[in-house]
Amino acid sequence: MRIELERRASASSLFALVSPILALVLTLLAGAIMFLMLGKDPGHALYSFFIEPLLEVWSLHELAIKAAPLILIAVGLSVCYRSNNWNIGAEGQFTMGAICGSMLPILVPQWQSPLVLPLMLVMGAIGGALFAGIPALLKTRFNTNEILVSLMLVYIAQLFLDWLVRGPWRDPKGFNFPQSVSFSADAVLPELLESGRAHWAIVFALVAAVAVWFMMRYMLKGFQVTVLGSSERAGRFAGFSSRRMVWFSLMLSGACAGLAGISEVSGSIGHLQPSISPGYGFTAIIVAFLGRLNPLGIIASGFVLALTYLGGEAAQLSIGVSDKVTRVFQGLLLFFVLSCDTLILYRIRLIFSDGRASAEARSPHA
Amino acid sequence: MLEAILLTIITAATPLVIAALGELVTERAGVLNLGVEGMMIMGAVCAFACSYLTGVPLLGVLAGIAGGAIFSLLFGFLTLTLVTNQVATGLALTILGLGLSGQIGESFVGIPGVKLQPIIIPFLSELPFVGRLLFAQDITFYLSIALVVCVGWFLFKSRTGLKMRAIGDNHGSAHALGINVIRTRYLAVMFGGACAGLAGAQLSLVYTPQWVENMAAGRGWIALALVVFASWRPWRVLAGGYIFGAVGILQLHAQAFGIGVPSQFLSMLPYAVTIVVLIVISHNRRTTLINTPACLGKPFVPDR
Amino acid sequence: MTDAQGPQAGSLLSVEGLTKLFGSFAACNAIDLSVAPGEIHALLGENGAGKSTLVKMLFGVLQPSAGEIVWMGKPVTVTSPGEARRLGIGMVFQHFSLFEALTVAENIALSLDPKIPLAKIADEAATLSRAYGLPLDPNSHVADLSVGERQRIEIVRALLQNPKLIILDEPTSVLTPQEADKLFETLFKLKAEGRSVLYISHRLEEVQRICDRATVLRHGKVTGACDPRTETPASLARMMVGSDVASVEREAEPSLGEVLVDVKALSVAARTPFAVPLSNLDLQVRAGEVLAIAGVAGNGQGELFDAISGEYPVTDDQSIRLRGRPVGRMGINGRRLLGAGFVPEERHGHAAVSDMSLSDNLLLSRNQSDRKAFLTGGMSGVIRHGVIRQATQRICAAMDVRKSGEDPAAGSLSGGNLQKFIIGRELDRQPSVLVVNQPTWGVDAGAARRIRQALIDLARAGSAVIVISQDLDEIFEVATNIAVISEGRLSRPYPAGELSLEKIGLLMGGVHDSSSHAEGAHAH
Repeated sequence: MRIELERRASASSLFALVSPILALVLTLLAGAIMFLMLGKDPGHALYSFFIEPLLEVWSLHELAIKAAPLILIAVGLSVCYRSNNWNIGAEGQFTMGAICGSMLPILVPQWQSPLVLPLMLVMGAIGGALFAGIPALLKTRFNTNEILVSLMLVYIAQLFLDWLVRGPWRDPKGFNFPQSVSFSADAVLPELLESGRAHWAIVFALVAAVAVWFMMRYMLKGFQVTVLGSSERAGRFAGFSSRRMVWFSLMLSGACAGLAGISEVSGSIGHLQPSISPGYGFTAIIVAFLGRLNPLGIIASGFVLALTYLGGEAAQLSIGVSDKVTRVFQGLLLFFVLSCDTLILYRIRLIFSDGRASAEARSPHA
Repeated sequence: MLEAILLTIITAATPLVIAALGELVTERAGVLNLGVEGMMIMGAVCAFACSYLTGVPLLGVLAGIAGGAIFSLLFGFLTLTLVTNQVATGLALTILGLGLSGQIGESFVGIPGVKLQPIIIPFLSELPFVGRLLFAQDITFYLSIALVVCVGWFLFKSRTGLKMRAIGDNHGSAHALGINVIRTRYLAVMFGGACAGLAGAQLSLVYTPQWVENMAAGRGWIALALVVFASWRPWRVLAGGYIFGAVGILQLHAQAFGIGVPSQFLSMLPYAVTIVVLIVISHNRRTTLINTPACLGKPFVPDR
Repeated sequence: MTDAQGPQAGSLLSVEGLTKLFGSFAACNAIDLSVAPGEIHALLGENGAGKSTLVKMLFGVLQPSAGEIVWMGKPVTVTSPGEARRLGIGMVFQHFSLFEALTVAENIALSLDPKIPLAKIADEAATLSRAYGLPLDPNSHVADLSVGERQRIEIVRALLQNPKLIILDEPTSVLTPQEADKLFETLFKLKAEGRSVLYISHRLEEVQRICDRATVLRHGKVTGACDPRTETPASLARMMVGSDVASVEREAEPSLGEVLVDVKALSVAARTPFAVPLSNLDLQVRAGEVLAIAGVAGNGQGELFDAISGEYPVTDDQSIRLRGRPVGRMGINGRRLLGAGFVPEERHGHAAVSDMSLSDNLLLSRNQSDRKAFLTGGMSGVIRHGVIRQATQRICAAMDVRKSGEDPAAGSLSGGNLQKFIIGRELDRQPSVLVVNQPTWGVDAGAARRIRQALIDLARAGSAVIVISQDLDEIFEVATNIAVISEGRLSRPYPAGELSLEKIGLLMGGVHDSSSHAEGAHAH
């Protein structure tokens, strides 16, 4: 038996809708099998993984907190990937954004003003954008592969943060713990509602998603992104510069990741420490693809992936599986999303040994 | 002292050389597999688990190879049969590999492993200086050297290697000539997976004989950079692997000596060096263009 | 007429009811064909008639949906090209199946028995190529070879397997007339050795000259079988096209106005290892003139288009002038704003993005030249989709673009219809200068006629038109003046009426005028 693909005359709009749902269902199935193999009751495990976190107010707040950086980063990445620039170092830009934004509350903690927070956010976004500017510079100037450069910079950013919080930025009164001073009240991103911890980052994420959606759908800039991403040559014919697009897409995604970084530190953690992200920058790649690189889709997929984090934590307590299950779920989900997307462009046919068996399927109006 | 440093450099370079050679073959066939890190870590955990459970490290090596190859099949099925985006699928492979290996290796954390014993070659190992360095190593080192020779011969002297290069250069023409593009690419992908798995086995059985989560620590990505550095030639992979290995080890020694630079900056060195090397290599567009397999990363759907 | 119908005793290859369906579309519909030993058999038909699909089935690249192939009296299933080669069928593809990064000998080795050592293959290839008058260096890299030399590799590769039948797919489309003559000599040698040749072409003149019999295809069906030497070009053309295709209308003596395009001493270094450098090019085009630039593929046509369009601006601002303005360093949209329009050779991924709708593809080339009409919102540039869709309908109506649906993806249109849209997209602006690279490549006869007529009409209305083309018929149909490009150098322009086919062939082969002559011609 083998599998053959036949290209559809035009992309199937039915499967464009069905494919992410199909991918989710397949992931749940695979997850059930995995839990069975771990000796857990799959129904109970999946329930505590995916349903329980949705039942209480506080955990809905946690969901928003986790979804915010994922959506914000993924929205930026979607522009990058649409333009065929492969920034996979968002984790590093997230870290650098957090570091740059934290300069104010850590270096000048005595400055108390309502200006502190907006300045921090701007500096975070700039920090992330500049850090993403490194692969952009190297790609446009030296033709260097942005995948590898942006990824190497993740390690560098994390080591840099590690040095800062163990060295110059360590809180002298912190009992030798590797962390900075706690941010003053002016430097903390306020909570949205009385009922829980969720802070303004989720608003930034939703605004960014809608803005980027509008740009991609209705603005010449978005048109440039799509054209240059499908064919650099056609883009050149249209008079668009692929160099400038490298800069634009990488810096935009860097700014988004940087903003996510400073929002996370300021809103959720309140100080700098060696580890500030459970891999948001990498998980956002999955979010971007699950949302089919469409900012509105990314809002939905961001919440789904946030749920896997939350579910992982919950399942650790309630059924005693490790937090690694979360990563496995995320990896499986990305695999199924990519596979199911094949259905949008191709018809898939199973061929059983004899080539002639498919002749009927090929007859007119098949 | 010098001998000790050189020995550790060899140990550090070996996994890089092996993984990069595998990826080189994959890329020569026109497939870009960014999942090296994931296949490597799967190889590492399979090798550790098998050698711990059986007590025979050599079986662990085989398990590492098998683990990497089987895991790479997943990538092959998606990119070759379902024609998914190779970049995204490679990333997925790495993400899944990191999660799955953590899951499998959970019960092995903190358990001392069984080290793969060196194979001492009689007489040659008694040569002054080089004897201990080159002829009293474990099997992965010998395999890494043998692989360089074999891959070089295979790609540039054998007819199957010629076919593989032809597929990487122009898969449409290769198909028109009757070469089975998909099957050859499956084999190339699996070879890449097997090599990454072997490299992973070296990590968990030789380099640090234990299981540590995420123990590949970016080596898979460095191997990918090595392939670009080597401009898709096996012997240059060997040279590049040892340069990268040396940088990694020397920074450790520098840390031990306490030369006044914070350890974090020294730890950045391998990654920073990778970036610098990429700049130097990519700078000359002409040579990159000529050497890069023309179909690298492009999807192929045969018309029937 | 009947002798080519159905299988018969003594034929080397015969084909009965061969059909190939792609989805519901029949690329080949119940084809019958037979080739006798020692004959040169023509397969005639225009682009898209199903010729290439048919031979791909004979060579095992595609599998037939129905029908039978009989080889030397026995029914066979050709499952792969390797199988075809074992039977004794050799193939020279239209778009060469060569590997640029490999050497000539390696390329040949790929289709031979793997047990033969590479050195021996190199020797045999060198010997054989000399014997058939096709000299080749087996150790050179294909990337460094000319198109003609590449074709020789394909032929030598086919001959090394000692085939009984050689299939050539449009072999002369990439050759100068002189190179084509050499190829014909080789074919006659093969025929004298008792081998058969299946010769695929849409060029009537050469089919009449070299072929013993002809089978004509149209829309995937056999429409006739004949002895081409007893037919007239008109009767062959009728079988091929189905009806008489009207020729284009033009004035005998167009009146020329001021110089609109002025290129002086244009030199461009090769941008990539595979590009052709341009050296010291001069050309002028006046209002009302169609300047055709002839030449064999890969002699710098693409590079010339890049320089004149501004896709890759050049260093010397003065070396290109549009309507008197120096524009060498200006980008493509700046030149469009001066009234120029451009149509590149490759439709998919250059002139158009296949998965985008036609209206998006309209915006592609006119996002700056029609900024006022198509965009709003000032600097932010919000797209007015409605206006653009209306303009798209207007263009499709004007150029008779047949499409499925209101605003389909560019990739869903046939080659001819997409090309009509791409040309119409520029004509809709009434450009004062239009530069077109290969206007009718791979386009059906009806669309080609319409496009050529549109180009002539545009010039007649006072624009300057540059047509870069490999198709000599097309060039003589539209050109006021003709210049020839060869190895990145351009000949002086000749009035179309003064240029013989032989002379143009010499120029295409790189035999240039003496430099003093050329300078004399350009003195103004």
